[in-house]
Amino acid sequence: MPQGDFPLFYAFHFYLFGIVAIVSALLFVTRKSPVAAALWLVNTMFCLAALYILLDAQFIGAIQVLVYAGAIMVVFLFVIMLLNLGHPSELADARSLGWKLAAGFVGLALIAEVFALTRVRVPDSLTLPPGALAADIMQNGAIAPIARPLFTEYLLAFELTSILLLAAIVGAVVLGRRRADVE
Amino acid sequence: MLNESLFFSAVLFTIGVVGVLTRRNAIIIFMCVELMLNAVNLAFVAFAQVHGVAGQVFVFFVMTVAAAEAAVGLAIIIALFRHKQTVNLQQINLLKG
Repeated sequence: MPQGDFPLFYAFHFYLFGIVAIVSALLFVTRKSPVAAALWLVNTMFCLAALYILLDAQFIGAIQVLVYAGAIMVVFLFVIMLLNLGHPSELADARSLGWKLAAGFVGLALIAEVFALTRVRVPDSLTLPPGALAADIMQNGAIAPIARPLFTEYLLAFELTSILLLAAIVGAVVLGRRRADVE
Repeated sequence: MLNESLFFSAVLFTIGVVGVLTRRNAIIIFMCVELMLNAVNLAFVAFAQVHGVAGQVFVFFVMTVAAAEAAVGLAIIIALFRHKQTVNLQQINLLKG
């Protein structure tokens, strides 16, 4: 979406979806029931898809909804329901206070690290002129600017990804199979 | 919008790390890892807007790896549950010796 046309509209939706994503993520880690947690995570992923579209990544936003919020989270929910983990006896799973304090300190350290990184000046030669990506998308469509590098510069990585997916499929089938000699 | 995106990305990643460290349910920990991958994707997309479209190509690869990871990881969780009848990581200590 071109940022310059409606700056206030753009900023309002950007902050709205960002804040909803963070609130949903907080609710996600604090829910006791795995089903509720998974549904809050789906909400976070939808908000991230909206942020991607606001950041000129329309294709990635669509893929986020299809692959993450659709396929991956459905597999998670399927496993939660298959293993019947929704009942309350499994729920006392939070660790002790010491672990929580340690997690808080690690979190603060990570946030401080990223704030330090945002202060770094990137050389201007690496920076596109403002609106260059949006203009490219307006001219060539949302998919062509990603497809071009994907099938030229990154073709080897793309082919290796297909081998990785094949290995994952075989691994999942082997791990999920019930062994005849045990049962 | 780069700084705001990096801020949201940092906060989401931190929530994921805190979740991994404070929860014991294997599936919730696995979903926290997915949240961390999503936070990294947000940073990639934000940088792609400023520094060229290669960041979006990387998001594509991260999503593929996440899908493969979800398939294998959930198969491992199902195998563990079949073995131990629980997904509480405190009761899964096969490698402790």
